[in-house]
Amino acid sequence: MNRKRVPIRNHQAEAALFTRRAIVSIGIVFIVFAVLLTNLYKLQVTSFAEFQTRSNSNRITVLPVAPNRGLIYDRNGVLLADNIPVYSLEVSPLEARNLQDTLQRLQTLLELPEGVISDFNTRLRQARRFPNVTFVDNLTEDQVARFATNQHHFPGVTIEGRLQRFYPHRDLFTHTIGYVGRINQQDVQMLREQERYANYAATRTIGKLGIERFYETKLHGTVGYQTVEVNNRGRVVRTLDFTPPKPGTDLHLELDIGMQEIARDQLRDRRGAIVVMDANTGGVLAMYSNPSYDPNLFVSGISTVDYRALLNNPANPLINRATQGRYPPASTIKPHLGLLALHEGVITAETRIWDPGYFRLEGVNRRFRDWRPHGHGWVTVTRAIAESCNVFYYDVANQLGIDSISSFMREFGFGQQTGIDIREESAAIMPDRGWKRARFNEPWYAGETLSVGIGQSFWTVTPIQLAYSTAILATNGNRPQPRLLRGTGERLVPELIEPYHLPPIENVADRHWMTIRKGMEEVITSRQGTAWTAYRGATYTTGGKTGTAQVVRIGDDVQQRPDVEEVEERFRDNATYIGYAPADKPEIVVALAIENVGGGGRNAAPVARAVMDFYFADEATRQLKLQEIRAREAYAND
Amino acid sequence: MQTTEERQRNPWLAKLHIDGPLLLGILALGIVSLFVIYSAGGQDVGLVYRQAIRLGVSLVVLVVVAQISPQTWRTYAVPFYLIGVVLLILVLFFGEVGKGAQRWLNIGITRIQPSEILKLAVPMLLAWYCSKSQIPIRFFHVFAGLVFALIPTLLIARQPDLGTAILVASSGIFVLFLAGMSWRLVSVGGALAAASLPLFWFFLLRDYQRQRILTFLNPESDPLGSGYHIIQSKIAIGSGGLEGKGWLQGTQSQLEFLPERHTDFIFSVFAEEFGFFGVVGLLILYGFVIFRGMLISMRAQSNFGRLLGGSLILTFFIYVLVNIGMVSGLLPVVGVPLPLISYGGTSMVTMMAGFGMLMGIATHRRLVISQSG
Repeated sequence: MNRKRVPIRNHQAEAALFTRRAIVSIGIVFIVFAVLLTNLYKLQVTSFAEFQTRSNSNRITVLPVAPNRGLIYDRNGVLLADNIPVYSLEVSPLEARNLQDTLQRLQTLLELPEGVISDFNTRLRQARRFPNVTFVDNLTEDQVARFATNQHHFPGVTIEGRLQRFYPHRDLFTHTIGYVGRINQQDVQMLREQERYANYAATRTIGKLGIERFYETKLHGTVGYQTVEVNNRGRVVRTLDFTPPKPGTDLHLELDIGMQEIARDQLRDRRGAIVVMDANTGGVLAMYSNPSYDPNLFVSGISTVDYRALLNNPANPLINRATQGRYPPASTIKPHLGLLALHEGVITAETRIWDPGYFRLEGVNRRFRDWRPHGHGWVTVTRAIAESCNVFYYDVANQLGIDSISSFMREFGFGQQTGIDIREESAAIMPDRGWKRARFNEPWYAGETLSVGIGQSFWTVTPIQLAYSTAILATNGNRPQPRLLRGTGERLVPELIEPYHLPPIENVADRHWMTIRKGMEEVITSRQGTAWTAYRGATYTTGGKTGTAQVVRIGDDVQQRPDVEEVEERFRDNATYIGYAPADKPEIVVALAIENVGGGGRNAAPVARAVMDFYFADEATRQLKLQEIRAREAYAND
Repeated sequence: MQTTEERQRNPWLAKLHIDGPLLLGILALGIVSLFVIYSAGGQDVGLVYRQAIRLGVSLVVLVVVAQISPQTWRTYAVPFYLIGVVLLILVLFFGEVGKGAQRWLNIGITRIQPSEILKLAVPMLLAWYCSKSQIPIRFFHVFAGLVFALIPTLLIARQPDLGTAILVASSGIFVLFLAGMSWRLVSVGGALAAASLPLFWFFLLRDYQRQRILTFLNPESDPLGSGYHIIQSKIAIGSGGLEGKGWLQGTQSQLEFLPERHTDFIFSVFAEEFGFFGVVGLLILYGFVIFRGMLISMRAQSNFGRLLGGSLILTFFIYVLVNIGMVSGLLPVVGVPLPLISYGGTSMVTMMAGFGMLMGIATHRRLVISQSG
């Protein structure tokens, strides 16, 4: 009451009150600071390890570095598969100012086709780990130059160079070397299963076909790693550690580019395949399948239009006819059969059989015809090979029976893969009773054995099988596995690999082999020989056998074979040929098949001759060919 | 005793109305600021240079303000406050928008931020109001004082500028607290404030502010979105460890994982590079400044000086609390700079003006024969 009326203030008390409140405040400040410090202690001391780890994982990224793929050379050291620098435009979405506008301006500047932006936006949504997303792949030199001068207008956009596979000889080696293509989902799955995926962390392509596929592990190399510090936008600030990648192994193939070109030139526009092989080692000197296509289309992803064109091409360029083309062997297997007949004692070298122009099987009405309407008269086994007498072989096959034929022909590799070092290989068909039962649920008929005797019926072979079996004939039972790889390592001094041989066919007497080879030589040397014309004037000795396979059966009663020109192309015969040279000490074998061209003597034998001529040509001629190829290549790449 | 101490002071500083220890603390923080900004700004000398200029200008403001006696401030407290509120209302209608908020007022020559004025005007007004009659203040004064503080606070929160609103509101509440509002009221007020939080949530906060609070409660729920800032900040602080990564060596800041490195999140840069030891040192420095400010207030000759000084220094403390609490994950993200260290202009000038007032309170001493003496 008193205080209210008397406004004398107790300043001391008021100051004391303030001091008390101030001390309380200081106390609160102290407590709050203690709380802040406790929390900071928890972060910086108690949880230090955790935050240190998180800080490091923030800033440290391990970037894989792709190894350079091994190069592929032919036996002369000519480069068949190269790595060339290509440039791509990379966009960092985090650094580019106004991304869509940047893309628009790039499209205008580089004259890019419609749709690149929407494609990019799709990729952008799928991309994750890497800070950069590819906008344009394979820039042209002009585009690189144009971007380089305008680079400052495009922050966050960079040009990146890398090496990409290039096949300088285009379609020449497509079926043998194959190609690499973008790693797809299936490849990823395969790599994961084989626990090789980590090695592909930086790799964009993988071998899809041929040598590229078969020797993928050799060619690929080992991934390298770059430990880098990155900033918040993923841009590399500095490199902390670098483990260089190990480049893939260079491969040297047995292939001879000169001979390969001869093979291509010989086939021209005809469908078919040629295999040239070292008779003793199995090294494949040439393997060409026609038609072919440019493997470079596949390297950075083939367009749908291009791929559909290849798929729908009636000539079927995607198939490797040398290893996947299944052709009736026709008369080319007569030497093998003759050998079996000699070995089994069904005939001797002197046995003569009368050929009236047809063969009649007991109990069967049908006449089995010879290709020569009035027959060959008395024929021995050598003459039956030289003139390709059918009746002789109807008789022999009939006596041998399918079981014996089939099991002996398997010794020659028919009906199974030769194991050549590419995966695209067919086993073709060596028919027997079991096969027919399984395939048609029918018994084997004796008439079918006769057809087998002249390489028809269900029997099919691949050109590589023919070449392999010819090498066996030419070396008296030696069995070298066909092989494209010659060695690995440096360009001019490769480390050669040892040829692989299957156990030889030993129980057949040498004189039987020689009888058969004599017959095959008479194919060339005898006036009546089916390849006499083709090899007239050859400077080397050689043996061979022609084959003419009927694609459709012409009526049995037709006496005269129709004129080739009159038959619609797809009904014309396939021409086949096998051969070896030199005759006395064979070095190479040639096998080939050409589709729908007519008889083997006229159409296939000259091709084999051309290839052999090149092989036996003097060194100067061969060098000239190489120079010509190199000059052409240099011109094309300029 | 006091007079003896006065005489022992440096005569130069005394003539300039400067309190030596307080200035020392401020300068120490300023120097720390320059070093941390150099590191946080990616070794940008220009940034350091501009901060140094700003520091210099603010110090001049400090010295100028220090020349004015608290009595003068008391005289102009009411008009100062009224002008401030009017400007705030003008901002509401004519303010310029920047960064999604309407904070600036263009007055022809330059742009001003009226909310900064209120940081000083609110404590001045309330100190004036509470010192009119004797303390402890009574219930009515508390109520009226709260209204005076709330008017500008709500206006500022509308802009929206939650950080400044909190600072302005606290400066008012501190005056009332220091003026002896009853403990019962303090607890009831605290309870009421807690109860009104849901109202805040539904009526006052904008979506982005609500998001910030949700993020604060569980930052890892959205590590690349709104939680990013706070996660990266905690990583920076935590990875500093006891001794720190060393000046210019903080990877979180140098490699730009940390957002707002030289402004709101500068404490994280400091903590990353100087570690827990550095952090303790920094808090001791802040503690020293706060303690010195409080000491000055306790020694003030008038209730106005005491209340104003106490409120200013406690508001300074709130800056420190809210900022460090925010970057270390204790409090939601509110845009409050680390005082005297964060890069930035306007709030630095206001703060230095506040320190100038404190120095004025310390040095302008009337020769009164106090009732006590």
